[in-house]
Amino acid sequence: MDAPSLPETYRAILTIRRFEERLLSLHQEGLIQGSMHLCNGQEAIPVGACRELRADDALTATYRGHGWAIARGLPLPDLFAELMGRASPLCGGRGGSAYLCGAPYGFLGENSIVGAGVPIAAGAALAARRDGAGAVSLVSIGDGALNQGAVGEALNFAAALALPLVVVVENNIYSEMTPIKEMVAIDPLAQRAAGFGIPSVTVDGNDTAVVQAAVAEAVARARSGGGPTLVEAMTERLVGHYTGDAQQYRPAGEVEAAKTREPLTRLRAAAGQELGAELAVVDEEVEATIESAVQEAMGYPRPDPAGAALGVYVD
Amino acid sequence: MSTNAVTEEITYIRAVNEGLRWALREYPKALILGEDVALPNGPFGATRGLHGEFGDRVIDTPITESAFVGAAIGAAMRGYRPIVEIMFMDFTQVAMDQLVNQLPNIHYVSNGGFRVPLTIRTQQGRTPGSCAQHSQSLEAVFAHVPGIRVGLPANPQDAYDMLRSAIASDDPALIIESRALYASRGPVELERPLAPIGRAQLRRPGEDVTIVSWSRMVGEAEAAAQRLEAEGISAAVIDLRWVSPVDHDTIAASLERTGRLVIAHEANRTAGFGAELAAWATEERFWDLDGPVARVGAPDIRMPAAATLQEALLPSAESIAETVRATLNAAPA
Ligand SMILES: Cc1ncc(C[n+]2csc(CCOP(=O)(O)OP(=O)(O)O)c2C)c(N)n1
Repeated sequence: MDAPSLPETYRAILTIRRFEERLLSLHQEGLIQGSMHLCNGQEAIPVGACRELRADDALTATYRGHGWAIARGLPLPDLFAELMGRASPLCGGRGGSAYLCGAPYGFLGENSIVGAGVPIAAGAALAARRDGAGAVSLVSIGDGALNQGAVGEALNFAAALALPLVVVVENNIYSEMTPIKEMVAIDPLAQRAAGFGIPSVTVDGNDTAVVQAAVAEAVARARSGGGPTLVEAMTERLVGHYTGDAQQYRPAGEVEAAKTREPLTRLRAAAGQELGAELAVVDEEVEATIESAVQEAMGYPRPDPAGAALGVYVD
Repeated sequence: MSTNAVTEEITYIRAVNEGLRWALREYPKALILGEDVALPNGPFGATRGLHGEFGDRVIDTPITESAFVGAAIGAAMRGYRPIVEIMFMDFTQVAMDQLVNQLPNIHYVSNGGFRVPLTIRTQQGRTPGSCAQHSQSLEAVFAHVPGIRVGLPANPQDAYDMLRSAIASDDPALIIESRALYASRGPVELERPLAPIGRAQLRRPGEDVTIVSWSRMVGEAEAAAQRLEAEGISAAVIDLRWVSPVDHDTIAASLERTGRLVIAHEANRTAGFGAELAAWATEERFWDLDGPVARVGAPDIRMPAAATLQEALLPSAESIAETVRATLNAAPA
C-alpha cells in the first residue's frame, strides 16, 4: 500500500490522542464513569497496523483498545456514546471503555481478561483460512500478556495449524505497573515466538511506517498460507496504566523523556516549517471533529433500563 | 446406512456419534474440534468415522483447552458452528476463562452484534477406578452462569436429541454426557424433529412423591421408584434434562399432585443444583409442599478411586428410596 502523507498520519494519531484527552475531560465533567485504559503515546501502532487490514479481516484488541477501534474505522460519535453509557450502535452501552466491539467493522472487540483475545483471534484465523478468501486475523496484546498461559496455548495452536494470525505485542515496558524486564528473563520478548516456530520481529512502535511495514510482511505471510507472525512494537505510554494511576512506580524523568520520542512529537519535528502550517490546520480540524462527535454522542439516548435483561440468549 | 433406519437400538455413545454426523451433514459450517477427535476417532469414540466422512471439518487440536475453546468462539463469531469436545468435565476448569468470562458474554455485551452458536460436549461422573480429577459432577458451576445452556442427557435418545438441539441453537450450549452410560443401549429414533431446549421429561407418574433427577441418577431414581412401589409408595420420576433453562412447569405439575419433592444428583450436595431446585420450591411452590424438600447427593468429600470407597459415597437407588421413606415419614416434632 502507498505510504500515507505525513499530515494524514498526523491526523490519524492526533484523532486518537484528542479522543482520549476528551474522554478525560468528559470523565471530569461526570459524563463518563469508571476507569479507562488510555493508549496515549502508543497510537502509532494501531494506526500503522490497521492500514494493512482489509474489511474482511478480523481485529481483536485489549481494554487499551480505543486506538484500535478508531484506527479500524469505528465512528467517533458511536465510541463516545458507548463510553458515556449511552445507547450506541456498537454495544448499546453494554461494552463500555474496556470491552466494546463493533461487529459490522470486523472488530471482534476489546477484552478485559489479559491475554484472552489471542485464542479467540486464533479462531477467527481458523475461520478465515476455511473461508479461503485470504483474510487474516490480527490481535493486539500487551507485553505482560505474553506471560499468560492462554497466549502460549494460542500461539502454539495457531502455529500448529498454520493459521493466518498476526499477533502485535505492544511493549510499553510495563506489565501493568511492573517493569516487564523484571517479569521475564528474555530480551527482546519477541524471541519467545521462536519456541512456537513462529517468526517474529521487534520494531519501533512509535513510527507508523515502521509498524506498517512489519505488519505488512506478517499479513502477507498470513494471507499466503505462511502461518502466524508475532510483531513486537516498542513504545511507551505517556499516562497511567488506567485513569487514576499516580504512576509512583515510574522513575523521575521517564515520562518527560518519553514525550521527546512519542509519535506526535516526532511527526511535528519531521514536518519542519513547510508542513508545519498544514499540521496546524489538521490540529483545528481534529479539534472540530472531536467536538462534533461529542455533540452527536450526547444526542444518543440512554439505554432503556427495561432492555437490560434482554439478549442474554438469541433464542 | 444407519440413518435410514427409523428406530435403532444403539449405545449412548453411538447416539452422540449419530448426532454429530447429523450436524456435519445439516450445517456446512459445522466443525468439530478437540483432542484426538479426528484421526484417533475420539477418546471415547464419539467422533468415530467422522474424519473419514467429513475430512478437515473434524480437527485434532493440541492439548490446550483454553486455546481450542477460545478458537471455537472466534470461529463462531466469524460464521461457523463449532462443536468442541472437552474430554472430561474436570478439564473445563482449565478453560474457565473462555467458558465463563468470554463465551456467555459475547451475544449480550455486543448487543446482539455477534452470535456464538457453539456447542461444548463433555462427560462427567464417576466410574470404578476413576481418579478424583476425572470424577467430578460440576453442572451447578455452569448452571450458575447466564448465557450458556446446560443439558445432561440420561439415555441414548436424549444424547442424540439434546445434542442436536444444542447444535441447532444459535446460543452457546454445554452438553454434559455421562461416561457411565456410554455403553448403555436404548432405542433411538434418528429422524425426528428437533426438540426444544429446556424441557424435562416425566419418566414415571406418581402420587406420593416427586423425584427430580438428571444424568446417571435418573436410572437410579427409576429403580428407587420400583422398589418403593412394592412398598405401596407411588413415586413420580422426572428427568430434568436441562439445568439451564429449567423446566419448572413440569416439576410444579407433579408437585401439585404429590406435595413432596426429593432431588437426586451425583454431584456434591452443598451448592449442588438440587439446592437451587429446593430454593425454587420453597419460594414458588411453598403451599404445594406437604413437608420439607429433601436432597440426595454425594457428601462433600473428594472422590476416591477404589470402587468400594466410591460406592460408600455415591447416591444410589437405595439411598434415594431411603430418603423418600424418610421424607414421607417426616412430621413436626
Ligand atoms: C487475567 C487477568 N489478570 C489480571 C488483570 C488485571 N490487569 C488489567 S490490565 C493488566 C496489565 C497487563 O499488562 P500488559 O499486558 O503489559 O498490557 P498493558 O496494560 O501494559 O497495555 C492487568 C494485570 C486482568 N485484567 N486479567
